[in-house]
Amino acid sequence: MIADLLGGMRAVFVRELLVFWRRSTEVMTALVFFVIVTTLFPLAIGPERRELMLVAPGVLWVAALLATTLSLNHLFASDYQDGSLEQVLMSPYPLSAMVLAKIAAHWVLTGLPLALLSPLLAIQMALPTKAIGTLVGSLLLGTPTLTLIGAVPAALTLGVRGGGVLVSLLVLPLYTPVLIFGAEAVAASAGQGFASVAHLSLLGAFLALALSFAPWASSAALRVSLD
Amino acid sequence: MKLIHKYGAPKRFYDLAGSMVPWLAALTAVLMVVGLYLGLYWAPRDYQQGNAYRIMFIHVPNAWMSMMAYVAMAVLAAAGYIWNMRLADILAKVTAPLGASFTLTALVTGSLWGKPMWGTYWVWDARLTSELILFFLYVGYMALQASIDDPRRAAHASAILAIVGVVNIPIIHYSVYWWHTLHQPASLTLTNQPKIYITMLIPLIMMSLAFMFFYLTMLCVRARSEILWRERNADWVRKLVGSRT
Repeated sequence: MIADLLGGMRAVFVRELLVFWRRSTEVMTALVFFVIVTTLFPLAIGPERRELMLVAPGVLWVAALLATTLSLNHLFASDYQDGSLEQVLMSPYPLSAMVLAKIAAHWVLTGLPLALLSPLLAIQMALPTKAIGTLVGSLLLGTPTLTLIGAVPAALTLGVRGGGVLVSLLVLPLYTPVLIFGAEAVAASAGQGFASVAHLSLLGAFLALALSFAPWASSAALRVSLD
Repeated sequence: MKLIHKYGAPKRFYDLAGSMVPWLAALTAVLMVVGLYLGLYWAPRDYQQGNAYRIMFIHVPNAWMSMMAYVAMAVLAAAGYIWNMRLADILAKVTAPLGASFTLTALVTGSLWGKPMWGTYWVWDARLTSELILFFLYVGYMALQASIDDPRRAAHASAILAIVGVVNIPIIHYSVYWWHTLHQPASLTLTNQPKIYITMLIPLIMMSLAFMFFYLTMLCVRARSEILWRERNADWVRKLVGSRT
């Protein structure tokens, strides 16, 4: 039974990867957005390295958060439009497991590259080298939480007027804890506060919490939207 | 449960709420007048803040109500979602704008209070910040409600959002506190307020009760109009409206 379930989840995961891969422009938009936003900040603030260093953790984290929010629209929308989401709903497997597989695939194609790309932008923002490891770590822990939490509003706004903007409105207040501890962890290891371990553990705790609640909540949301 | 079914029917509730509104409104008015009198004249001046502290009698009840209304909204929305109770859906929906206005009042009075105390209208104080985020949560809830036409789907979708929000509020609240203590600027804060005098506490409690009854009054009034709108094609509404015109 469990092997069956895992097989089903793997099928969804692989399918999602394939679909996202074939529509790679959508994946790239979030990444390019991340790069452009962080590039705009030095232009607005000025090239002074000391000033950039001070705002770097916040800027990088806010940009990552916005890029993730932007990508949420692709999570369910196309499957909703072509009707394949209803097929998933009718499958014998629990919907929350299927949703979890979808979210995982989505994260592998948006959050993961974002975290891997971040050292480059960190150098651009004059972040001290010793903080780059923490930046990647905090993004690896934080972006899955962002995608998990964001799946709920993404599911709620399916087929709703102005869905895209609505998602950001619903999701950004819920993102504050992750943003606070993510940016704080990076700032801490850049030498502006306490040790970053505490912040990273809290990010891990958020991830565990979101992992246990979000798939369930977003499958309930999908059921409402597809009713 | 039987009682809920008896008064859960929109028409019954419409009549019941209608007969309660004058009483609730009268109680609100009395409490508000007495509370304001006690707060503005009877309570002594604060030795540190002078008369400026008196804005507390508006600010604190509104801040309390803003949080209580969110919890009430989430509980009502959950009841509507789980047991398919239309009345709970309606009450949750009309609570949202009320809660949002409590939050906005708390924010505005807080920043007006901040001007004489902190010398600026806005500081990133932990409580002000989490109140601001609470306001955004209310706005999101109302936006979701407004963008879905089918009332049942709107109620269920926003119920899920309210439940997710209510789980998140403690996390957001403590994160903001943690964030604030990390960045504590050297300024005068009201976090370590001295113990409150009984002569200040009595008006505060009066005003809190006044705002609570104000909420209940407005809840009845707004729920009545929402019921009329939703049941606009029902016979009893047609009869009611027809007899008035």
